[in-house]
Amino acid sequence: MSVPPIVEFHEVTKRFGDGPLVLDRLSLAAQPGDFLAVIGPSGCGKSTLLRLIAGLSPVTAGRLTVDDLTPADAAAELAFVFQEPTLLPWLTVAENVELAQKLRGTPAAARAATRQGALDLVRLADRGGAYPRQLSGGQKMRVSLARALSLSPKILLLDEPFGALDEMTREHLNEELLAIREQKAWTAFFVTHSVSEAVFLSNRILVMSANPGRIHTEIRVDLPYPRTNDTRLSRAYHDLVAAGSRLLRSVEEISPVASRA
Amino acid sequence: MSRKFLNVLLPAATGALVIALWYGVHFWLAAEMRFLLPTPDAILAALRDNGDALWRAALNTTAGALLGFLLAVVVSIALGLGLSLSSLVRASLYPYLMILQMTPIIVIAPILVLWVGPGLRSVTVITFLICFFPLVVNTTQGLISTDRHLVELFRMWRATRGQQLLHLRVPAALPYFFTGLRIAATLAPIGALVGDYTAGSSAGDGGGLGFSALIYSSQAKYPALFATAAVTCLLGFIFTAAVLALSWLALHKWHDSYERADK
Repeated sequence: MSVPPIVEFHEVTKRFGDGPLVLDRLSLAAQPGDFLAVIGPSGCGKSTLLRLIAGLSPVTAGRLTVDDLTPADAAAELAFVFQEPTLLPWLTVAENVELAQKLRGTPAAARAATRQGALDLVRLADRGGAYPRQLSGGQKMRVSLARALSLSPKILLLDEPFGALDEMTREHLNEELLAIREQKAWTAFFVTHSVSEAVFLSNRILVMSANPGRIHTEIRVDLPYPRTNDTRLSRAYHDLVAAGSRLLRSVEEISPVASRA
Repeated sequence: MSRKFLNVLLPAATGALVIALWYGVHFWLAAEMRFLLPTPDAILAALRDNGDALWRAALNTTAGALLGFLLAVVVSIALGLGLSLSSLVRASLYPYLMILQMTPIIVIAPILVLWVGPGLRSVTVITFLICFFPLVVNTTQGLISTDRHLVELFRMWRATRGQQLLHLRVPAALPYFFTGLRIAATLAPIGALVGDYTAGSSAGDGGGLGFSALIYSSQAKYPALFATAAVTCLLGFIFTAAVLALSWLALHKWHDSYERADK
């Protein structure tokens, strides 16, 4: 493989202050276009992994490069989607989506075009004037996604973005996310608790173990894209979900629960 | 019965009940003691008879209340911004703000009059002292309670400190600020009253409602005293209503507290 990795962890260690080791000499290379799902028991550092890439927290030791830059310098190439929609409640949907560009001084006309494109992608083009409180949980999450996409990121970091939603909404949003990705092939890091969500979305699943956080196993998901609801009915999908669940269970058993910070 | 109808009927019924009780107590008292609780109609008559004096006093008190209130708003915003900078700043200033708040104004009012001069100036200062604590505490709390993830998004977007303040911290603090403003609005007329109770007499402009209360009380004009209290109440309602209107303007579109229950 000659393409250089877009995100590379080399023996990255992370601890907060004098606390226990959160990530222990973690090495990982993500290729452009990879959709990496990260699963693992609570406290395995999967959210920390995203926060390091986002430059929200510095690595303690080792080397982390994002598109050959330090995470801080690569900020413009990243977008982060939290578990909560994290919208500004006093701004309309359109204003929320435009905000980051407004702060960067992008002219209004260009902002409007990008915003409209992003809202089209998440099928909320007609809700631009609404305030977040007028939307359902799923709609808010889609606005959050549109805001991230409006930044045209090379790398999308998603920290359990659909974890708080009901099963149906979550499945729909998973399908939408993949459909959007057909048009713009960003690299994704997607933290989730759901093995089936991980299998449905990703081409690589990182199964992490906890205390300290390490990558225990990587599962390759060779299901062809585009994936649809039919994918969920396939034998291969079910086998992968079953294998993933067994693996996650065994990892939880070997991960010491002690010394949680 | 419709909900709307009950919403009007129940408060009206409560009011009627209170007035009936009021008359009941008045006439239950021995005849020579009835001056202690003048009847509502006697108070209304006193309000009419002393209308001019009370109106002038009310204007004086309003001026002091408004000035002190606005001063408190300006100082609280400035101080809140400073206090929100770091927990170190808060730790070094809060104890002294507390001391200021714990100091009974009524005790230091006479010396304040000597410091800043009688009349409107001391009324303004005393109103300020009474109003500003809830304002500064709420404003500071609002400015430091910004959602952590939103702050992180702003960091990732490379927003400047000024942008973060203007687009994130200040709007996020508004609901807290208006909570403080509502409390301060009910305190402002009381503060002004306390102010001109001690300082209004020598102002040369006839004094405010506090001074009226002092005069009527010394002359045993109890219906007029109650009328003074009623005017002060009204002033408090006007202040509160104005703040509620401002709060509505700033928040009703987006804040959950204005969410309609029947949505």
